[in-house]
Amino acid sequence: MLNKVDDYIFEVPMGHQRGMIVPGRIFISEKLLAQVEPGTIDQVANVATLPGIVNYSMAMPDAHLGYGFPIGGVAAFREEGGVISPGGVGFDINCGVRMLRTDLRAGDVVPMISNLVEDLFHDVPSGVGAKGRLRVSEHELDETFTRGAAWAVEAGFGVAADLEHCEENGQLEGAKTEHVSLKARKRGRPQLGTLGSGNHFLEIQRVDKIFDEDLAKKYGLFEGQVTVMIHCGSRGAGHQICTDHLQVLSRAVKKYGIELPDKQLACAPLGTPEAENYFGAMAAAANYAWANRQIISAWTREVFERYFADSRLDLVYDVAHNVAKVEEHSVDGSKERLYVHRKGATRAFGPGRSEIPEAYRAVGQPVLIPGSMGTPSYVLCGSEGAMKLTFGSACHGAGRIMSRTQAKKTYVGTEVRDVLSRRGIKVMATHPKMLAEEAPEVYKPSDEVVDVVHHLDIAKKVARVVPLGVSKG
Amino acid sequence: MEPFTYLEHTGDVKFRAHGRDLGETFENAALAMLGAMIDPATVGAEETWTVEIEAESLENLLYEWLSEILYLFEVELAVFSKFVVAVEEGGEVWRLFGRIGGERVDPTRHFFETEVKAVTLHQFEIRKEEGKGGEKIWTAQVVLDV
Repeated sequence: MLNKVDDYIFEVPMGHQRGMIVPGRIFISEKLLAQVEPGTIDQVANVATLPGIVNYSMAMPDAHLGYGFPIGGVAAFREEGGVISPGGVGFDINCGVRMLRTDLRAGDVVPMISNLVEDLFHDVPSGVGAKGRLRVSEHELDETFTRGAAWAVEAGFGVAADLEHCEENGQLEGAKTEHVSLKARKRGRPQLGTLGSGNHFLEIQRVDKIFDEDLAKKYGLFEGQVTVMIHCGSRGAGHQICTDHLQVLSRAVKKYGIELPDKQLACAPLGTPEAENYFGAMAAAANYAWANRQIISAWTREVFERYFADSRLDLVYDVAHNVAKVEEHSVDGSKERLYVHRKGATRAFGPGRSEIPEAYRAVGQPVLIPGSMGTPSYVLCGSEGAMKLTFGSACHGAGRIMSRTQAKKTYVGTEVRDVLSRRGIKVMATHPKMLAEEAPEVYKPSDEVVDVVHHLDIAKKVARVVPLGVSKG
Repeated sequence: MEPFTYLEHTGDVKFRAHGRDLGETFENAALAMLGAMIDPATVGAEETWTVEIEAESLENLLYEWLSEILYLFEVELAVFSKFVVAVEEGGEVWRLFGRIGGERVDPTRHFFETEVKAVTLHQFEIRKEEGKGGEKIWTAQVVLDV
């Protein structure tokens, strides 16, 4: 049973699971809570048993069943006595979203939408096992792992301003390539510059509603404007890095005598070699993901230039939603360095934080919430509530409510494509089955999820964008 | 005995694979994982890959076996349809010898339903239990990140 703390805050009490150190907190509305599986609440409770966890084991309003942490899970750990766990990051390390704003209006773009989507589908490789257009050397792969988007910009994929508008400037410090296995390198090398598959996408959108004129202006957004959203991660490199270190950390659990309710929560005490090596490899994967999104952005710009000479695609922001990072937060009135894990959650820093680009620092960082295919996405602005309640975190998407198996039984991919097409949304995918899995109805409505974080002042609504065209793996 | 069954999981793919011995259980687990990715009827077995794995426990051996198949899939750009596995227990070390039959991915014939990113350790287990007819069978439970 959950205790209602507030209209949008529900507590998982200490007794829910043996060994809980702190209670759980789910930031959600009653209506959305009714759709959350009991297993998700158990996963919130499981995370609450990890050593050194601070305040609460948290879940965002898009919470759903994961493996290890729930999807939408957030937890922070003390440097002293805390742990780091790949269960709180996931296999797709630094899966994330970026948004580019164009200087074009929907009216100009709609007549060309089929050409644009077809070209994007062709120029940005996607799908299961897709190889990239790039052939990077071993040295360039090292640079990708250590310097992320900064390397990509230097190599000609983008401009310096892109880095300013990227979480961590697209380069997480502390990457250690010596802890990236040969297998991870072999998977990562041919896949740099690929979108991947599943829920990853490249979408052309139209800003259809502005909620806050001042904030929208700060972010360079206006009604009717065309934007582009890129959702992808660290591909096989990240998957392999997590797989490799999960086994090392499983051994560490025994070595350091940690008791776990779920093996995927394998972890190591901060400061131990196992923890530091995992952090270094995870940072390398995070950098790979930022380089990947940077390269895809450059190719997206090329496609737009083909049809709209001199068009501009400026990066609004780039956020990670599967990552563990060292951040300073206020705990019981004093500042502490914490290892914040976000598994399917977005950083949502409010005004004043030095990590936010100068242009946005006075108002708070952009928080990008992709919808599902065919439903709106949102741009929000990180706010004070996030700093007080969630270690500066917000939701990351709409949140699944139907399993992939069930989705494929219920929907037919070609019909999903036709329905979207009648609504004026051009969709291309490697196979229609992928579309059934990602049918709009398998997700919670994104507006309800976003309303929760807005009400709690975790992140304020700035703009809503709707899809015009989507390229999927 | 069914070779494997899929269970409901909102975000990911969960299955139970069975076998009369460990080799058969590992083979069926591999088939269940591949079956989540692609229709097995579309996959031939012209080429053979061999795999040898050593691990300190039976669980680790299964985890590494399935992870190795995903690795081969990506770096060899191949899909697989036949698995022959022998598992040896040798005190401290568990050993696996696997022969994998498959073919290189042909985008005109091979349509992927799901991308399996990795094998998770969530609710991961392998144990011997009594089957319906009273015989002892092995069951492996696996959740895949997709």
